[in-house]
Amino acid sequence: MTEIVTAATPRPDEPASREQARSLWTDAWDIMRRRPIFWIAMVLIVVFVLMAVWPALFRADNPLLPNMCLLERARQAPGVGGSAFGFDSQGCSIYDQTIYGARASILVGIITTIVASVFGAILGTIAGYLEGWVDAVLSRIADVFFALPLLLGAIVIMTALPTPSSPSTGNYWLSIFRVVLAMALLGWPYPFRIMRSAVIQVKPNEYVLAARALGASPLRMVTSHVVPNSLSPVIVVATNDLGSYIATEATLSFLGVGLPSWIVSWGGSISNASSLGLIRQAPFMLLFPSLFLCLTILSFIMLGEVVRDALDPKLR
Amino acid sequence: MGKFITRRLLQMIPVLIGTTLLLYFLAFAMPGDPTAGLCGDRQCPAQYVAQFRAEYHLDDPFFMQYLNYLNNLVHGNFGVLLNGHTVVQELAVRYPNTVKLAVIAVIFEAVVGMAAGILAGIRKGGFIDTLVTLFTLLLLSIPVFVIGSLAQLVFGIKLGWFPVTAGDGGLYSLLMPGLVLGALSLAYSTRLTRTSLVENLRADYVRTAKAKGLSNARAIGIHALRNSLLPVITYIGASFGGLMGGAIVTERLFNIQGIGLLIWNGILQKQRVAIVGPVTVLVLVFLLANLIVDVLYAVLDPRISHD
Repeated sequence: MTEIVTAATPRPDEPASREQARSLWTDAWDIMRRRPIFWIAMVLIVVFVLMAVWPALFRADNPLLPNMCLLERARQAPGVGGSAFGFDSQGCSIYDQTIYGARASILVGIITTIVASVFGAILGTIAGYLEGWVDAVLSRIADVFFALPLLLGAIVIMTALPTPSSPSTGNYWLSIFRVVLAMALLGWPYPFRIMRSAVIQVKPNEYVLAARALGASPLRMVTSHVVPNSLSPVIVVATNDLGSYIATEATLSFLGVGLPSWIVSWGGSISNASSLGLIRQAPFMLLFPSLFLCLTILSFIMLGEVVRDALDPKLR
Repeated sequence: MGKFITRRLLQMIPVLIGTTLLLYFLAFAMPGDPTAGLCGDRQCPAQYVAQFRAEYHLDDPFFMQYLNYLNNLVHGNFGVLLNGHTVVQELAVRYPNTVKLAVIAVIFEAVVGMAAGILAGIRKGGFIDTLVTLFTLLLLSIPVFVIGSLAQLVFGIKLGWFPVTAGDGGLYSLLMPGLVLGALSLAYSTRLTRTSLVENLRADYVRTAKAKGLSNARAIGIHALRNSLLPVITYIGASFGGLMGGAIVTERLFNIQGIGLLIWNGILQKQRVAIVGPVTVLVLVFLLANLIVDVLYAVLDPRISHD
């Protein structure tokens, strides 16, 4: 995709060629950057990504280090005893947990989106380009995964996958990839269907026929003509799905089948806060992780809307 | 039409077989011994374990087990739970609860969603439109379990309007869980109504209707609205199947004895029969809901024909 953008974007010292070189992508960028909602979403996303990469920037301490939690300050309200968001029932700072919780959510959301979209798009291109029995087989397989509800299927898959037990860096990534695998397995049919129908629409166009007449190999036709011209609906779907993957991961962790308890995550923090006695006693335990989770999902949804408005020619 | 329905029903068979195979494989792959907790803290007697494993064909190869299971499934035998109830009995008791929950959610998303969408779409860019758009954006970004926990806190504990859990399965106690379940689809149905009304208001036939002297109310209320509500009805019908499958979180949060809770307990207790059969039933409901919607679409819109 980067190649297409750079090839189509004129250099600033060539104003004369600007009019002819306009592609879907430069048009889309022009539309997006004029929308305030795009910049609001981008600022939020940059803040949350920074939080995920570099939590120390927000003066948060790793809540998993020893001696971070003191039982005598358990359930202290925000503002008392030095934590802006209060303390949970183990006496751990909710501020630290909320900041550190960003990493797992953002990682799972972005990796799942990439895996599901790339996998779905590749299979969709194959099905749409070859058609015939390959298409029939792939489409039926996609139907099976499509008919399973995302959350229900992910719960069943998560319990079938072996659980890494002890905390370590290797097991951290293993745990992240368990969740990614469960959601991507159920998420790929949507980009698959979108890509398949886009490829079927693009295939009979003159420029593809011309490429074939010039003797282009099937691989070349697909990679340099069919795929670039059918990619935009998949990108729209991918940005729209990112938020729902983050929400599903949090739901899985909330239910206790997602990330293990030794990985700090918003879903896990909300789960710890949501027993009825605690809701009554310490509602702030529920409030702050929920707020951050919702803001993250909100920013990705807003980005998805702007991208859809910019890339969908029907709405112009 | 008859041909279309037959073809679609036949297409469902491979999907259902694929789903059961996938689910059975996943349930089969679940770590843990299904006899581990059966006898309390003590080890089960070897004889009992052998009898149990023979009864459930646990020592057969995977495919034999699956074919055996599929054969039972076709004959309406979904298996027996560890508490002695058959899965069919459990489904019969729990199915109405999940359906009630989903029906409340569907009515909620249909009535409120269409009303809000129409109000927003009639005057695009106006104050109500901005308000509705912001509100749906907010709804979309709050996961169901957060809405549920907050609703329990605010309406259950602080205000005391609704019971906090709905174990008794009464309609009133199911109201709040139903609204929580429908919240996400409400956002979608609102936005869909709005977009489709805005698109239709720009259409030539609405201009014609106004040009020939029809009142604004008639041009919008009869001509534009009828056409714009088609995709919304499709979405709402199709969401019914999704809502029943998505009820697992709501049922757990509010302790509703529905199918979702049956599946959840099956997962916790490693009872394969409580997972594969009920999930397959939910998938079947999802597929049938989609089929009914497609048939309905052809009835409502004469331009679409399935023949």
